[in-house]
Amino acid sequence: MLKRLFLLPALAAALVTACTSPDTAVRLPILGERDVRPRADGGPADTVFARVPAFRLTNQAGEVITNQTFAGKAYIADFFFATCPGICPKMQGELLKVYAKYGKDPRLAFLSHTIDPAHDSIPVLRDYADRLGMGAARNWHFATTGAKGEPAAKDSVFLLARAYYTAAEPDKQAPGGFAHNGTFALVDDQGHIRGLYDSLNPKEVERLMAELPILLAEMDTRKPAVARQ
Amino acid sequence: MRLKFRFLLSCSVLAVSLPACFSSNKNQGERLYTQHCSSCHGDQGQGLARLIPPLAGADYLALHRAELPCLLRNGQNEPIVVNGIRYHNVMPGEKGMSPAQLTNLLNYIENNWGNKSKPRTIREVEEQLAACK
Repeated sequence: MLKRLFLLPALAAALVTACTSPDTAVRLPILGERDVRPRADGGPADTVFARVPAFRLTNQAGEVITNQTFAGKAYIADFFFATCPGICPKMQGELLKVYAKYGKDPRLAFLSHTIDPAHDSIPVLRDYADRLGMGAARNWHFATTGAKGEPAAKDSVFLLARAYYTAAEPDKQAPGGFAHNGTFALVDDQGHIRGLYDSLNPKEVERLMAELPILLAEMDTRKPAVARQ
Repeated sequence: MRLKFRFLLSCSVLAVSLPACFSSNKNQGERLYTQHCSSCHGDQGQGLARLIPPLAGADYLALHRAELPCLLRNGQNEPIVVNGIRYHNVMPGEKGMSPAQLTNLLNYIENNWGNKSKPRTIREVEEQLAACK
């Protein structure tokens, strides 16, 4: 009984904060594992949310792409390969629709990783981007983990795919030799994954289109705070 | 024992053949298209930018009519020109499709999304397949 009484102030506090911060009423969740770290000064523990791990890629223009490239921006990540006869054309076609609507927004970028770095060299990626009509686009990166033929390129991109909650692996039975799913991951300006969407389901793509402005609005609330520092 | 075996055998023959009797081949072309082609060529045969050629309104269909059964069966990875645009991508073959399935599929593609063409017969498709390189 006493224990329950202790919960009451916590409940009241939660209610009060819920009422006083209307900005956070509609907020996308932060996905992934979270870590609770006790503070040295004995204050309330910090909750540390998962972030996309450090990566170093090369895009279709031969430029190095890292987490820093997307600092202060949201981006949508997916995984494909240029000769993919399975789900990729459909998936990239859907991302093209998102690009048509939001591609001009400077707060947003696009990142398509090849899962076939052995075949998809920089010239192949450039040709692919060009054929997709993205030859002149500066904010849609078609990127590889193996620009210099790194032997571990395939492993590193599969590992990266897992970090974005996308399944990708070699499979002789699958069309084109790779099995993967068509997940779009929405990443915020701080590297947290805020949404996962199945590109093969039109309803999910609609959900992405609806949730994207919510994230962009949240990012805008952070901008003045940065300027004040 | 022998009788029991025969009984089991006839049961299994029935089980295999009965669904075939009831299965409808109506709309088979559309079903095959959705299953095997639409993720690349699109729900409406629209293709994808300059990566995947369209089927809707594609001049290639009429220009290469006799070669299409072989193209579907064996796939292709040579550059092709459709409506004046050069595409270069890999299309996997559909080795497992029967002449009847290929006929239904082609008739669907050639008479949809504004396409209009003389219906193919299974015999015609069989003859064209026999001449595949």
